[in-house]
Amino acid sequence: MTNLLEVRDLTKHFTARTNWFGRPVSFVNAVDDVSFDLKAGETLSLVGESGCGKSTTGRLLLRLIDPTAGSIRFEGRDITQLTGTALRDLRREMQLVFQDPYASLNPRMTVGDILAEPLMLHGMVPAGQRKARVEELLGLVGLRASHARRYPHEFSGGQRQRVGIARALAVEPRLIVCDEAVSALDVSVQAQVLNLLKDLQARLGIAMVFIAHDLAVVRHISQRIAVMYLGNIVEIAPTAELFTRPQHPYTRALLSAIPVPQPKAARQRMILTGDVPSPINPPSGCRFHTRCPFATDLCKQTAPAMETTSQGHSVACHHWRELPVAAPLPVEGDSAGAARLARLQARFTETASQS
Amino acid sequence: MSEAVIPAPAAKPATEQSPARRALRRLFRRKGAVVGLVVVLVFVGMALLADVISPYDPIAADWGALRGEPSAEHLFGSDELGRDVLSRVIHGASASLFAGVISVLLALLIGIPVGLLSGYAGGLVDGVIMRFTDAMLAVPFLILAIAMAAFLGPSLTNAMIAIGIAAAPIFVRLTRAQVQAVKVEDYIEAAHAVGNSPLRIALRHILPNIWPALMVQSTLTIASAIIAEASLSFLGLGQQPPEPSWGSMLNTAKDYMSEAPWMAVWPGLSIFLVVLCFNLLGDGLRDAFDPRHRD
Repeated sequence: MTNLLEVRDLTKHFTARTNWFGRPVSFVNAVDDVSFDLKAGETLSLVGESGCGKSTTGRLLLRLIDPTAGSIRFEGRDITQLTGTALRDLRREMQLVFQDPYASLNPRMTVGDILAEPLMLHGMVPAGQRKARVEELLGLVGLRASHARRYPHEFSGGQRQRVGIARALAVEPRLIVCDEAVSALDVSVQAQVLNLLKDLQARLGIAMVFIAHDLAVVRHISQRIAVMYLGNIVEIAPTAELFTRPQHPYTRALLSAIPVPQPKAARQRMILTGDVPSPINPPSGCRFHTRCPFATDLCKQTAPAMETTSQGHSVACHHWRELPVAAPLPVEGDSAGAARLARLQARFTETASQS
Repeated sequence: MSEAVIPAPAAKPATEQSPARRALRRLFRRKGAVVGLVVVLVFVGMALLADVISPYDPIAADWGALRGEPSAEHLFGSDELGRDVLSRVIHGASASLFAGVISVLLALLIGIPVGLLSGYAGGLVDGVIMRFTDAMLAVPFLILAIAMAAFLGPSLTNAMIAIGIAAAPIFVRLTRAQVQAVKVEDYIEAAHAVGNSPLRIALRHILPNIWPALMVQSTLTIASAIIAEASLSFLGLGQQPPEPSWGSMLNTAKDYMSEAPWMAVWPGLSIFLVVLCFNLLGDGLRDAFDPRHRD
């Protein structure tokens, strides 16, 4: 199967400070040498704590910001250098769903105008049929046709996020980047929106890059997961594999932080000490060595390369072979998040069938 | 225990409300703003209907009524050439309001495109535009207007051009600051993401969102422009005699302050009222557009 998206050594440095002459003197290394592939119709999640470069990666993929180095190939075509009209044409293929549904809709446009705009810009639907297509899009995300005449402030957060999803779908893209698309929503609404995304993806065959920090959410929606730390991908694996056999110490720490609904469950917690180092002066060698309980001198000096541990599972750690086997999560296959989501899904289908 | 009846939640208003309409409704709830609006509208009506409502020809001299006190014939009195002060105040309204509105429109016409370019493009373009604007802002507004009016030559049209250009830097600054605030919003990034061109983003997405601030500033600047026009006319750089203008009326009146105070009182009061009411209206608009207000 060919890859929809091939990302190689993608790097983005933002200027942190400039000297008197406007020359940059220090940089924020937001994203460093990130590489991954994405197949058509697949969902890849990017997880990591705030400031690890997940959102920057998402925006780089869409060419909303320009990479410092590296390449992005979309359907085999290098899109790293596109500008002007060619870049705007690319917008038809890839779209973005924002984190904050309150900030991502223009307050002075009606929902109908917001959804009709991409159709107009890409000449997709003749002017006379746009209204019908807008209503169709609203139906697709579970809103009513009459909502087209309303302004964003007349909607709830969940409804607005549906509008944001409809806007992304309007151009019938091949790839959607969801940047923390549900983290600003109530848990019950999160489940609705997640299911909507999953359902639309299955029906329309859209590939998705899902940026999130909530592992329960990620587990529910993605086929593969990439874990990021300080601008690097430290581990990338199929979802089930990552949850059962996490290799990188950072992944283990993340997984051990998922709450479990059994008060007395015996579990091996791995609690990290210290803060995330500044991306302006990232640590030498392995960027995780300042907080890693297994760090050695090698880690301080040399940055580890990505190594394949098994089919589709790669990790960037010098010592992954020697580390103790990670304790499985106490509620395998029925983690807190999954159970919670299942209940919410049941509730959602209940309310959905009523309305 | 009896079952309580829970009232149904209030139905949503039947009509969809645009942000502009909501702001207007908030505006009408402010007394000061409504008073300001009404008085401004009265003066506008006066200016438009000047020929119909003024009792006398404003430039016809009457040698029998030199510096006549207010009377039944001349309600506001008459001036040193026996012209009716009321008629001159009414006709002067059109010069003042015209000068205020046209010069602000001119300032907007310069300020918005330049400000949009400066705020949106950033970098060197922004640097050059801003240094130039700073230089203009360093000179007091009125001095700049007077210098430019003197350079262009005395006439009402030139006075309006001078005031408009002198007021433009304020709008460049304001537009730029607003653009910078709005362009980092998610919905602007979303506009990029769906494939809008930069020009379309500036005009269709940024401009409507900075309109409120520009409207407030315009209303307040009209007040300043009216004062500026009166000052220029007072100095002989604006409306040319014998055409009436509040500023030039004050100029002639200053020589007769003790004998014929009414010559100064009425045009002075008119300037005061119009400027006050434009300011009231501007303040009201600012409050009405304030995003922190909810209704």
